[in-house]
Amino acid sequence: MSYTKRNDGRKFDETRPIEAKAGVIKRADGSAYFKMGKTTAYAAVYGPREIHPKFLQDPKNGKLRCFYNMMPFSSMGDRVRPGANRRAKEIAMVTQKALLPVVDLTESPNSVVDVFIELPQTDAGTRCAGICAASIALADAGISMNGMVAAVSIGRVDDKLVVDLDYSEESYEDGTVADIPIAVVSGTEEISLLQMDGELSRDELKQALEMAKKACSKIDKIQRDALKKKYGVKNE
Amino acid sequence: MNNQQKDHIISFFEKGIRFDGRKKLDEYRKIKVEKGFSENAEGSARVTIGDTIVLAGVKLSVEEPYPDTPDKGTMMVNVELLPLSSPDFEPGPPAIQAIEIARVVDRGIRESGAIDTKKLCIKKEEKAWSILIDICTLNDDGNLLDASALAVVAALQDTKMPSYNGKVVDYKKKTKDSLPLNLKKMPTSCTVSKIGNHFIVDPTPEEEEKVDARLTVEVEEDGTLCALQKGGDKSLTAEDIDKMVGIGIEKSKELRKFL
Repeated sequence: MSYTKRNDGRKFDETRPIEAKAGVIKRADGSAYFKMGKTTAYAAVYGPREIHPKFLQDPKNGKLRCFYNMMPFSSMGDRVRPGANRRAKEIAMVTQKALLPVVDLTESPNSVVDVFIELPQTDAGTRCAGICAASIALADAGISMNGMVAAVSIGRVDDKLVVDLDYSEESYEDGTVADIPIAVVSGTEEISLLQMDGELSRDELKQALEMAKKACSKIDKIQRDALKKKYGVKNE
Repeated sequence: MNNQQKDHIISFFEKGIRFDGRKKLDEYRKIKVEKGFSENAEGSARVTIGDTIVLAGVKLSVEEPYPDTPDKGTMMVNVELLPLSSPDFEPGPPAIQAIEIARVVDRGIRESGAIDTKKLCIKKEEKAWSILIDICTLNDDGNLLDASALAVVAALQDTKMPSYNGKVVDYKKKTKDSLPLNLKKMPTSCTVSKIGNHFIVDPTPEEEEKVDARLTVEVEEDGTLCALQKGGDKSLTAEDIDKMVGIGIEKSKELRKFL
């Protein structure tokens, strides 16, 4: 068996349709909406603000805190119980690590920047959509950044490497699947998130990283356009 | 509380106007109800009132009925005041404000009898549909309670039953069947707030901070009250309450148009 045609008819290197919007949550200092196919994410940024408890203060640097949450009605089938489970905590941690390389908080010592990611509707690729939304929201909040972060999941479905797995591919039953979420820093094209589950050859990983870079450069443009749209900056 | 600010707000009320430009004390900001934002939920709705945004989603599952109501399905309402929606909300277990909203919204729907829970029973004492309703706030610009109540009703209306073969629920296959709802009974919620001697509806967070007392009035189509909740630190006279209920009933006619 071979995976010759994607379930939804996409090309192998094609992401699902993407929509991005900056400044969707008025109470937040910065916010964004990011939609990838049927996965939707909101991110809100608050801060820099005072950090509690106080012993967490770092006199040399501001802190970046990330939270990831699936809304209780967001998934197919059972309700997701509210509250951070192990999975949510791990994703929050890798999200923070994915964003840290571009965020400069040296000018806000003793403070914290909180990033809240919420998913109202999910169809795989939630951590990537969350990171994409968070990057826009951080920029929208005016946080000093030396680049943007875009993320996409590369998958190996049977014998094919594909960009941006949806749930039907993630749960493909006629062959094996590997899922590789990857975040790419704009400009340097360095990798700030890399996870994988499934089996993969060293060569396939190399290819996957190249595919992620390409897809992320497209996503980066969409993220920047969303910010330009909010601030009325015209494209050259 | 800053008294000067409160006096300032009241001086506006005396002229019949609000800080945000509204020209009436009993006027809601622009309301929008959008159903079906989610494919995975059995029903969903997004409600905006001014800049306040809430999402409500309905999940259905088949459970054993409670022993004291063996021929009825069940319903649960939960509110998540997401820290993403306001600098005042923190991550963690539900705060008392979230619990209050959830319980008041729950009561209105439960007591009105707008859901025919007997029709949710599949097999007496064994199987019945359980309705799990979650409300998530996206942006808190005041009046989360009324927005939540409206979102829940809209999400219930949007709900389609998944197919069930007697053993397992197939969530991928939604049927054309809706929930057994009686729209005439379905309540709308209007929270009337008292600041000084003035009664207002749909407060902004700025106004909410200065509320002396409030009364949430849930009303069925024919004007029957189906839930009340008094809040705020100060007390109300019987005349106050009558006036506030009057405003609530009057406003419910407007709110009903969004159902």
